[in-house]
Amino acid sequence: MTVKLGLPSKGRLMEQAFDWFAARGVAVRRTGSDREYAGAVEGADGVELVLLSAGEIPRELAAGRIHLGVTGTDLVREKIPLWSEKIAEIARLGFGHADLVLAVPRAWIDVDTLDDLDAAAAAFRAAHGHRLRIATKYHTLVRDFLKANGVADYRLVDSQGATEGTVKNLTAEAIADITSSGETLRANHLKILSDGLILQSQATLFRSRTAPAEGATGRRLAALLETLGLAAAG
Amino acid sequence: MDTAAKAAIRAEADRLAAHFAAAGAHPVEADILQPAGTLLDLYGEDIRARAYTTRDPVRGELMLRPDFTVPVVQMHMAEGAEPARYTYAGPVFRMQDAASHRASEYLQVGYELFARDDPAAADAEVFALFAKLLAPLGLRAATGDIGLLKAAVAGLRTTARRKAALARHIWRPARFRALLDRFGGRTAPPASRAALLDAAGTTPAGTLIAEAGPLVGLRTPDEIASRIAALRADAAAPPIAAGELAILDRLLGLADTAPRALTELRGLAGEMPALAPATDRMAARLDALADRDVDIDALPFEGSYGRTTLEYYDGFVFGFYAEGRALPPVASGGRYDALTRVLGQGREIPAVGGVIRPAQVLAVQEGSA
Repeated sequence: MTVKLGLPSKGRLMEQAFDWFAARGVAVRRTGSDREYAGAVEGADGVELVLLSAGEIPRELAAGRIHLGVTGTDLVREKIPLWSEKIAEIARLGFGHADLVLAVPRAWIDVDTLDDLDAAAAAFRAAHGHRLRIATKYHTLVRDFLKANGVADYRLVDSQGATEGTVKNLTAEAIADITSSGETLRANHLKILSDGLILQSQATLFRSRTAPAEGATGRRLAALLETLGLAAAG
Repeated sequence: MDTAAKAAIRAEADRLAAHFAAAGAHPVEADILQPAGTLLDLYGEDIRARAYTTRDPVRGELMLRPDFTVPVVQMHMAEGAEPARYTYAGPVFRMQDAASHRASEYLQVGYELFARDDPAAADAEVFALFAKLLAPLGLRAATGDIGLLKAAVAGLRTTARRKAALARHIWRPARFRALLDRFGGRTAPPASRAALLDAAGTTPAGTLIAEAGPLVGLRTPDEIASRIAALRADAAAPPIAAGELAILDRLLGLADTAPRALTELRGLAGEMPALAPATDRMAARLDALADRDVDIDALPFEGSYGRTTLEYYDGFVFGFYAEGRALPPVASGGRYDALTRVLGQGREIPAVGGVIRPAQVLAVQEGSA
């Protein structure tokens, strides 16, 4: 059985992942037309490239359908309960940096901390008759973070994209989203709470703990990790 | 779980429910699918992490019932006569922390008492009934009283706004502690708060808000300005006195037998008279428990017990545990007067009740067999 390596199928994350492998002697490239999600691996025997959306890689790793995969730590923690039982972190790749942060309108000059947010949420609920809405797609991470910090009287509303716009569109009062430079937040008149950093994420190489890796597959996996200069973790 | 094990749990549930019925409770049923809105209003977003949510094209967002209390209260408020005793037995559904490996679907058997007169007697009736039913299992009882905490917060000589903030977080111990430390001057406010107050001392809030950038979203400049005014008033208010903080600390740290705890509480009420009515209620409850043959000299009492449950208990709280609290309690319950007010649409009735988990009863029996 071949070793299956899952990489993001498009965009900058894909290019940087290809570059990372190339710099370590493993040439990974797409094959066929631009639109075909097929790829090839040179420099490591018996390794098959599986191109996937970065959001699907955590699930494939947890299910053991791929042996190795590159995706963000944020996605693994959000999507896979008890992730460390199923997936091992092997190497942080030094790109794809993104912070999951909590942000509110910049004109909320009375709100700088979670403590302020909690107090503002209580007053908001009394004034508007509904809880302060926080738009996000990271429901688990955000709820756990707010619970740990004792914030009440909020409600999460789902936003799968253009989350920064939800406040202006009056579908949320605050947001929790991934940001790298903060540029989009600023453009949408939002600011990050000073203690509102929920998670620091970056592109990371993960290994599935559940994918079968006996015999030849195990040897190929070990050889690949050695070529990459990584000790076989977990 | 195999069919035989499930049948055994069902039989135990029926046996417990029969005991409750023999004690005068009227058997009731409740829908498994409950409107999510009511539960979200009561519990907040935390309930989404605890209850299973589903959708119906017509009825909208629904939850698999996380407990029977809410539907039973609603039923009583809609059609019940007083006083009333109800029992029920059926599955409830709780999403569990993945690491805990606890059951997410299990049977509960409950007993709920709605009675206007003599709350001490009502508390004692429910506790004594549970204690007697569970006595063969040799469990450890735990008791507490959220009413004492509420009274202590209300009795602080500080601003109404601070008291409301503390009362809102009685069920979130970490946030409660952080607020108490700040209101007591034990921690300094964040630097950003000091800078804001400095600026607001010389510049109108409206100007500061406009300078900060375009205001997006539903929250209005008036709401921001009124919170700034509240922050300024708070900064001008003196810290909560060290003596009062010490009283709260002693109350929260209390862990003793019920009679000794009562003696300690009498002492605290001497220093903080607002505690006296709640202390009298506890004394009356202990008398009522003794009348029902509960050995109160051996009954534990903890000042902080019941603070981490779903937040609706507001008076007497109790639980029965097998050794070690790693396991879920075999039984738990308490007084929830405020819940009936929230669900009663203008009406309210004092209520106290509890549930037993028959699967845990069997687990304890097997463990000791």
